[in-house]
Amino acid sequence: MIRLVARRLLALVPLVFLVTLVVWGLVLVIPGDQALAIAGDSATPEQVEAIREDLGLDDPVPVRYGRWLAAAVQGDLGTSLYTSYSVTDALADRLPVTLSLVFVSFALAVVVGTAIGMLAANQKGRLTDRILTVTTSVGLAVPNFWLGLLLVTFFALKLEWFPSGGYVPFTEDPAGWLRSITLPAVTLATAVAAELARQMRASMSDVLERDFIRTHRAKGLRPATIVRRYALKNAAMPVITVAGLQIARLFGLATIVEIIFNLNGVGALAVDAVFDRDIPVIQGCVLLITVIVLLVNLVVDVSYGLVNPKVRVQ
Amino acid sequence: MTTIRPTAAPGAQEQPLTDRPESPRQRFVRRFRRERPAVVALVVVVLIALAALLAPLLATHDPDTQVLSDRLQAPNGEHWFGTDDLGRDVYSRLLYAGRISLLAAVQATAIGIALGVPLGLAAGYLRGWVDVVLSRIADAVMSIPALLLALAIVGILEPDLTSAMIAIGVVYAPQFFRLTRASTLAVREETFIEAARSVGGTSRAIITGHVLPNALSPLVVQISLAMGFAILFEASISFLGLGVQPPDSSWGSMLGRSTRFFEQSPHLVLIPGLAILVTVLAFNVIGDGVRDSLGREIRRPTQ
Repeated sequence: MIRLVARRLLALVPLVFLVTLVVWGLVLVIPGDQALAIAGDSATPEQVEAIREDLGLDDPVPVRYGRWLAAAVQGDLGTSLYTSYSVTDALADRLPVTLSLVFVSFALAVVVGTAIGMLAANQKGRLTDRILTVTTSVGLAVPNFWLGLLLVTFFALKLEWFPSGGYVPFTEDPAGWLRSITLPAVTLATAVAAELARQMRASMSDVLERDFIRTHRAKGLRPATIVRRYALKNAAMPVITVAGLQIARLFGLATIVEIIFNLNGVGALAVDAVFDRDIPVIQGCVLLITVIVLLVNLVVDVSYGLVNPKVRVQ
Repeated sequence: MTTIRPTAAPGAQEQPLTDRPESPRQRFVRRFRRERPAVVALVVVVLIALAALLAPLLATHDPDTQVLSDRLQAPNGEHWFGTDDLGRDVYSRLLYAGRISLLAAVQATAIGIALGVPLGLAAGYLRGWVDVVLSRIADAVMSIPALLLALAIVGILEPDLTSAMIAIGVVYAPQFFRLTRASTLAVREETFIEAARSVGGTSRAIITGHVLPNALSPLVVQISLAMGFAILFEASISFLGLGVQPPDSSWGSMLGRSTRFFEQSPHLVLIPGLAILVTVLAFNVIGDGVRDSLGREIRRPTQ
């Protein structure tokens, strides 16, 4: 088990390295002079030169990348071009918000998605199944920022059940935290729950047609017991794979949800940085989130081994 | 949109009644016509595309004319979908915005194909280090959350529609790459490829003449899904104000600027949102329908 985790961690190193190349390499495609872009149109040539000097833009590309990477490995992601804050500090401040949002959403999506998928598979072809299938298709297509607006208007402004935005840290007020995270989490979870429901329906209805299930049914086990004890484990495998892929999606879509609900997370930071064209902050956000996604995927991979004995043996 | 299908849907027994064996295309059309939701979705997409195309004819007002005395009207006989905060006709604006939303999605998808398909063909056909390098890069790009990467690219280029389209195209390219590579790998071992090679066919001729046509079918599914994805992404980016810039507008930017007026004029938010929802849904349903009508005979049977 430990060896498996260690091997997977080692395998991540080249991938993370490539990701840093992509993230850092983005700078190279900036049209025109980067120093000029940062300084703005009203800057004097001396100011532009100072910025160029400051950022070491005259050095060869590999040197610049090496310098950035060496600092990044030590946890230094540079300084914001506009606020002169340390990018690492800014990210550390905001990460708890994004992590709360994504993990609550993920839990919600897994529970709701698998439940809907299992129900649909059990009722395959009947009215319930059709209604659920249409619902999941809509769930996949609905723009989540639009859904968020509808939820805010209805549940926050009209019914006043939840705050319309803002984040309450868990350590300050757990109940307030839950209230502040509920609407954003529902918004974010919808598409992923729909995806998982589709997957679970396909996978479960496949398993339910297998011979061993028929045997269990023939010997008189209750359908609920068959599903719980035998079908679910088999049906869960492809769903876990898809669930792992959804982590990246959640972190991506979280940016826009954070904006709508006024949550000061990493995604909102990234959007602000995009408006300011604050390159070090953009790079920091993308890199941090991607590394987190890769680590979470690793956890999912390992948990796959816990569910599936075939993988564990190897 | 990355659904792993453990099995094919069990298909009805199908025997063409004619003596002549039907071509794959005829078979596809016959099966697709039986996918009722997909046919409806196709009609919906055609109607939406026509509405966007014929916007100048269908529009009842100039989309940019501001009549401040008529601002924030609810839907009525004069303004079918009401007016926005500057007194512009929402129905007419919706038609013109649809042009931009659809065109942006087509262009973003085209960029994704132009990047992903040739590289996928090269990686799958040439194998070796080309494959290793390209596949690893695709892995790296795919491990970065899509919307975040798209935003980063927009931030580095310049916030406008062209950047947004490039960003969406780049973000989606690895999907086309993987798909094309996989089909190419499957095809390249076939006897007819070996035959083409043995009579002296060049790599380029074999790829364009034999490999590509055989890799097309799964691509069609992916294109339909990519269109839905691109419309959602363009809407998200424009909603944030980082995509299409005024005076142009897309459904996403219409939504973005009207959120402040939601309580007074809910139609301003509801209508563009529904336009996005219906269009994306239609593309997804078409994609599913095409997938279910394609090459069922090469899948493993359910039982």
